[in-house]
Amino acid sequence: MNSSVIQYVEGRAIPVRGNDIDTDRIIPARYLRAITFEGLGEHAFEDDRKSNPDHPFNNPRYQGASVLIANDNFGCGSSREHAPQALMRWGIYAIVGESFAEIFLGNCTAMGVPCLTASTEDIIKMQDAAEADPQREMAVDLKEKKLTFGDIEVDLQIAEGNRLQLIEGAWDATGMLFEGRDAVRDIANKLPYVTGF
Amino acid sequence: MGHSLFHKVWDAHAVRTLPSGQTQLFIGLHLVHEVTSPQAFDMLRERGLTIAYPERTFATVDHIVPTSDVARPFADGMAEDMMIAIEENAQQFGLSFFGLDDERQGIVHVIGPELGLTQPGMTIACGDSHTSTHGAYGAIAFGIGTSQVRDVLATQCLAMDPLKVRRIEVSGTLGNGVYAKDVILNIIRNLGVKGGTGYAYEYAGSAIEAMDMEARMSVCNMSIEGGARAGYVNPDQTTYDYLRGRTYAPSGEAFDRAVSWWRSMASDTDADYDDVYHLDGSALEPTVTWGITPGQALFVSEKVPALTDLPDDERDVAAEAYNYMDLKPGTAISGMPIDVAFVGSCTNSRISDLREAARVVKGHKVADGIKALVVPGSKSVLKTAEAEGLHHIFEDAGFEWRGAGCSMCLAMNPDKLQGREVCASSSNRNFKGRQGSPTGRTLLMSPAMVAAAAIAGEVIDVRAM
Repeated sequence: MNSSVIQYVEGRAIPVRGNDIDTDRIIPARYLRAITFEGLGEHAFEDDRKSNPDHPFNNPRYQGASVLIANDNFGCGSSREHAPQALMRWGIYAIVGESFAEIFLGNCTAMGVPCLTASTEDIIKMQDAAEADPQREMAVDLKEKKLTFGDIEVDLQIAEGNRLQLIEGAWDATGMLFEGRDAVRDIANKLPYVTGF
Repeated sequence: MGHSLFHKVWDAHAVRTLPSGQTQLFIGLHLVHEVTSPQAFDMLRERGLTIAYPERTFATVDHIVPTSDVARPFADGMAEDMMIAIEENAQQFGLSFFGLDDERQGIVHVIGPELGLTQPGMTIACGDSHTSTHGAYGAIAFGIGTSQVRDVLATQCLAMDPLKVRRIEVSGTLGNGVYAKDVILNIIRNLGVKGGTGYAYEYAGSAIEAMDMEARMSVCNMSIEGGARAGYVNPDQTTYDYLRGRTYAPSGEAFDRAVSWWRSMASDTDADYDDVYHLDGSALEPTVTWGITPGQALFVSEKVPALTDLPDDERDVAAEAYNYMDLKPGTAISGMPIDVAFVGSCTNSRISDLREAARVVKGHKVADGIKALVVPGSKSVLKTAEAEGLHHIFEDAGFEWRGAGCSMCLAMNPDKLQGREVCASSSNRNFKGRQGSPTGRTLLMSPAMVAAAAIAGEVIDVRAM
C-alpha cells in the first residue's frame, strides 16, 4: 500500500491565532458521534465560530485556504483524529505553527497532512502577511524546509522521520509495517508476556 | 550508565528501523473503544486486511454509554449506530469484547488494569489520549489516532520516534486532603501544558512510591495534559500485589517468573535521564483549576493570578480564560459558586476515589440547587461500591448514582452541562465547551474536593470539612 508523495503544498493561507487550541475546539465531541469521518469539515471550529463571528473560518476572505498558520501547542488534548480530519475536509492540506501537540502531529502525518514549525517571530510575520493579502498563495516546501509568501521566506522545522515519510510517500505506514511481519513475529516470541512467562 | 524503564521497554519492542529512521515498535496490548475505531475497521475492510494478533486487542464501550438508561436501542440514534458498529466489528474480526451486557465493561483505562491486562514492561496503545494511565504499572502506554489504530490492528505495530525521558521526583509526604490529582495538577501548572512535549514522564520519589496503584493511575492519566504522551511509575511490590490474582495476570509459578522480569524492566538506579524535575509533595495543598487549560491551576487558598504574575507567553490564554470563566484577577477561587458536581472519568472514578468522596459526603446533604452525580469507572467498581454501601451514602446526600461510563467528562452521551453552568469535576480537561455546553465551565479538582464543593455549593477547602 503506497501513499502519495508530498513534497510541496501550495495554497492560500488562513491564520488561526492563539496558543493551546485544543482538539475539542477544533471539533467538539458531539460530532464524534458517527462511524465515519464524512461531513466533519463543516463543523471545524464550530463553537469558536459561533461565539466569535470574526473567527477566520467564518471569514469569506479565507474560504478556499489550504495552509493553516497556528501558534503554540496547536492540537493539544484529545487524540481524536476527527480534529485533523475536520480540518482536512474543510480544505487544509498543511499546517505551520510555533509548536504542535504530539498526538495531533502524529495523526496529521498519518493522514498525509504535513505539520511544520517556525519561530514565533516568523509565525506572526506570516499570520500578518496572510491577513493582509489572503488571496496570495503561500508555498510549503518540505524538501527545502521553507515557507514562501511573495518576497517573504522563512525556515521551517520538521522531524526528519516525518519529513521522509511525507516526501517519500510513506506516510501511510500500514504497508511498510506489514512488510516487517516476520521480524515482528521474532520480537513477539522474545517477549515473556507473549509466550506466557 | 544504566537505563530507564522507557528505554528498556522500547528496546525490547523495537522490531526494526524503518527507511524513515523511525522505529517499528511492537505493541503488546491494544485497547479499543467505540469512538475512534469504526473508521479503522472500515479501512481494514477496504484494504482486505485482517487483524495480525487478534488475541492482543480488547474492546469495550465507554464514551457514548448513557449512565442512566442503557436500554437498547439508545435514544440517540448515532450512539446506537456506534454501538452496533463495535459489536459487529468485534465479532467479525474475532476480538474479545466487553459490551454493555458484560460484567467487565467500563472505561477502557479503568478495566485494563482491573482485569490484569495492563502489566509492567508492556507497550500499550489505544485510540484515546488518556492511555498514559496504564503507565502506572510500568508500561509504556500512549494515545493514538484512528489511522494508527488501523496500523496496530493490521500489524500490531506503530512507526514512532523514541521519546526523551524526564524524571519527576515528588518528595515528602502528601498532607491530609491532598491527593494524586493535586500532585499532577501542580506538575502541569509548574511545567506547563506543553512542557512534556517530546518526553515520557517518569514519576518517582517518596510521595509517588507511597501511592496505591489507583492514585498512581490518576497521576499518569494526566501526563498528556502536561504535553507528555506517556507517563509511568517504575513497578514495585505495590504493583505486583495489585496484579496477583487478576483475571489476565499470570498465575502460579508463572507469576513469580513474571515478577522477576517486571523487576528487571524497572529503571536502573544509575539510569540516565534527559531531564530531572523536583516537586516537594509536602508543600502541596488541594488544587483547583480556574481557567481553560489544566495548567491554569491554583492552591485552594490562592487567588486568580493577574496577567503581570504570569510569563509573557501565558498571558493571552489567561486573558481568554478570565473572559470565558467570568473571573477577575485577584478573585479567591475558594467561594466560587458551582452548579454541578461530577465525580467520575478515567482520572478519578475508581473505588478509592469513590471511598474518599463518600467519606466527605457522609452525613451531609448536597447544597440546594446543585446537581451532583457519581459515575463509577466500571461495572466492577460499581459492584464493589454497592457492596460497601457507598451508593447509599451518595444517594442519601442527594447525589445521583449512575452506571459505568465516561459520562460528563466529555459529554458524548446524555450527561452534559447546560448553558453557563460551572462544574466542580474530578475529570481531566477544563477546555472550553469540554463538558457538552459550548459555554459551560469546568473546575478540575480531586474527588474529595468535588464532594466538598457539592455540599458547600461552592469551591471549599476539603480540609475544612
